Amino acid sequence: MAELNHYLILSGVLFTIGTAGVLVRRNLITVLLSLEVMLNAVNLTFIAFGHFLGSADGQVIVFFVITVAAAEAAVGLALVISLFRHLETLNPDAFRQLRG
Amino acid sequence: MLIWIPLLPFIGFLILNFGARRLPQKAIGVMASLAMLAAFGVSVAAVRALALLPPESRDVTQTLFTWIGSADFQVPLGLRLDPLSALMILVVTGIGFLIHVYSTSYMVEEESHEYARYFAYLNLFAAFMLLLVLGDSLIVMFVGWEGVGLCSYLLIGFWYQNGFAADAGKKAFIVNRIGDVAFILGVLLAFSSFGTVNFKELNAAIAPLAIEPGFGVVSAIALLLFIGATGKSAQIPLYVWLPDAMEGPTPVSALIHAATMVTAGVYLIGRNAVLFAHAPDVLVIVAVIGTATALWAGAIGMVQNDIKRVLAYSTVSQLGYMFMAMGVGAYSAGLFHLFTHAFFKALLFLGAGSVIHALAGEQDLRRMGGLRRQLPVTYWTFLIGALAIAGVPLLSGFFSKDEILYRTFASGNTVLWFVGALTSLMTAFYMFRLVFLAFHGARRFEARGHLHDAPLSMAIPLVVLAVGSVIAGYLNVPAALHGTAFLEHFLEPSLAVPVMAGAHAASGDHRVELMLMFVSSLLAVLGIGIAAFLYLKRPDVPGAVAARLSGAYHFLVNKGYVDELYDTGIVQPLKRFSEHVLWPADARIVDGAVNGTGTMVIETGAAVRSMQTGSMRAYAVSVLLGVVLIVGYYLWT
Repeated sequence: MAELNHYLILSGVLFTIGTAGVLVRRNLITVLLSLEVMLNAVNLTFIAFGHFLGSADGQVIVFFVITVAAAEAAVGLALVISLFRHLETLNPDAFRQLRG
Repeated sequence: MLIWIPLLPFIGFLILNFGARRLPQKAIGVMASLAMLAAFGVSVAAVRALALLPPESRDVTQTLFTWIGSADFQVPLGLRLDPLSALMILVVTGIGFLIHVYSTSYMVEEESHEYARYFAYLNLFAAFMLLLVLGDSLIVMFVGWEGVGLCSYLLIGFWYQNGFAADAGKKAFIVNRIGDVAFILGVLLAFSSFGTVNFKELNAAIAPLAIEPGFGVVSAIALLLFIGATGKSAQIPLYVWLPDAMEGPTPVSALIHAATMVTAGVYLIGRNAVLFAHAPDVLVIVAVIGTATALWAGAIGMVQNDIKRVLAYSTVSQLGYMFMAMGVGAYSAGLFHLFTHAFFKALLFLGAGSVIHALAGEQDLRRMGGLRRQLPVTYWTFLIGALAIAGVPLLSGFFSKDEILYRTFASGNTVLWFVGALTSLMTAFYMFRLVFLAFHGARRFEARGHLHDAPLSMAIPLVVLAVGSVIAGYLNVPAALHGTAFLEHFLEPSLAVPVMAGAHAASGDHRVELMLMFVSSLLAVLGIGIAAFLYLKRPDVPGAVAARLSGAYHFLVNKGYVDELYDTGIVQPLKRFSEHVLWPADARIVDGAVNGTGTMVIETGAAVRSMQTGSMRAYAVSVLLGVVLIVGYYLWT
């Protein structure tokens, strides 16, 4: 029988993978994908807590997160396309025009 | 209905200032005068209605709206008509109207837009003056007080292209500021001590108190208000602006600097009679300052050569008389003199204006002479004014001045009475010196064309004021002359004060009063006689006397060097202080703080800008680190 801790550990592992992806990958699209992994790690936590506390709130919040994540993905991809048109690259290290 | 009294001239101001600059002169003059006439009509109607009430209920207040409402501090914009303000609004609107009519001719050489500006200011002045006398609280009065100060500044500097006029305007404004600071401090002290600035409530709060034996809070309020009065009413030590104010057009001098605004200080004391009656120490100061001013200004007036300056010092001197009366507790006598003085001093100024007008701007008495034949209307009306101010029996000045001198004597201030009597001798002398120098003797100028006497619109105000100068005194004929002292009884409810011991002690016995009247009549005739001897019979003597007493003569001709004294003693040190202390302090401390803030932001920005690497990855790492730190903090504590 799976316990709460198992879910939380899985979620932590997923979140760490996602974070590492955001930080180290050199392709913006992969960065976005990693972001999705992070979001879903959090979703997993919500669901797990909701289930073990016997509350529907966790699921409700997850619906919101999915909705917002969809919007975020749309905007993020639009930005990526726009950036690619300007600089012909998707390497995040190339976008340093805002350096102070 | 009361609101219309100040509102009508104010409407006149609005129209003239914003809409009528292109109208022909006639229309402008008529409109301005009509505004005053209408205000006068409303005033007469209001005062009539007031007089029909029984004496104890002659006190009408009209509250328009709450102007300042802040917890305990409530100032409604209220107008109050009682016998005292009734007297003042009649003087302001009545004499104001006559002076407007006079001005329509006097200012006729001005261009149309200047003419409109002049009448706009004049109407604005009347509006503020009426607000001042009708205001039912110190704050509303202060609005009028400052407003008339502003109009005084604008009108003194009316011919601002002339540097002297502009400087005189500034001087008047700044000297008045000194008094006004004390005034507003007095108002604040009154509020913090008694919780109200309304005259009636203030009186009710103070009336039950015992008369202050020492110098307490009531005395402090009274003294501060009196310092305010010395500014506006040109008393020592703040009188220096009034003689310079003669740079303004002559009708302005007549209206503002003789008949109305400068008497505001006297009105202020009358309005707060109860307050002042509870501060005997301050009353002594008022009486002494008033008497000293009367003497000092009278002495300077004797040797001035500018026709308007003689009249200016005469005004200062007569205002001193009024304060003397206020100081000995003879409030109604002081206000009576205010009333009669408004007539004859306005008349004298307008007469002087007529002379100046005829001589195309000449103001020096040494270049006049023999104008009696060419300017008969001016001469005769001026003569009546001079007789009235000199205190010749049966004219208005006689009644009011004697009332003051008698009350002063009866209150036991023999020294003040003596100085007052001496001043009345001086008054008669300097007035008739002026009359003889200007209108009698040989001509001392080359006539530039035909000398023209006052045109009709100038002559009518002169004649009306001359009639007023004769009959105004009969409003308050003392009991000693079988009169009813009407004005005194009329004003009684407004001045409801604890009766001063001295003022009524001798009232059963009229012999002293009659004797004093005789003495002052004698002094008046003597003063006129001396002037006649010196300037008609032996015109060589004044020069000889001046040469003999050249030290004293030069001292007085130069106005006692008071302006120079103020300049070296106050103005220059203040300037140096500003230059060497305040200016560096401003540049270093104030500007330093402002610039320092800006510099600090710039430097900090320069220091931390390297954090903005532009690298998305670096931002993500710092966000992560931040989250780790915050979460770690909560987990570990």
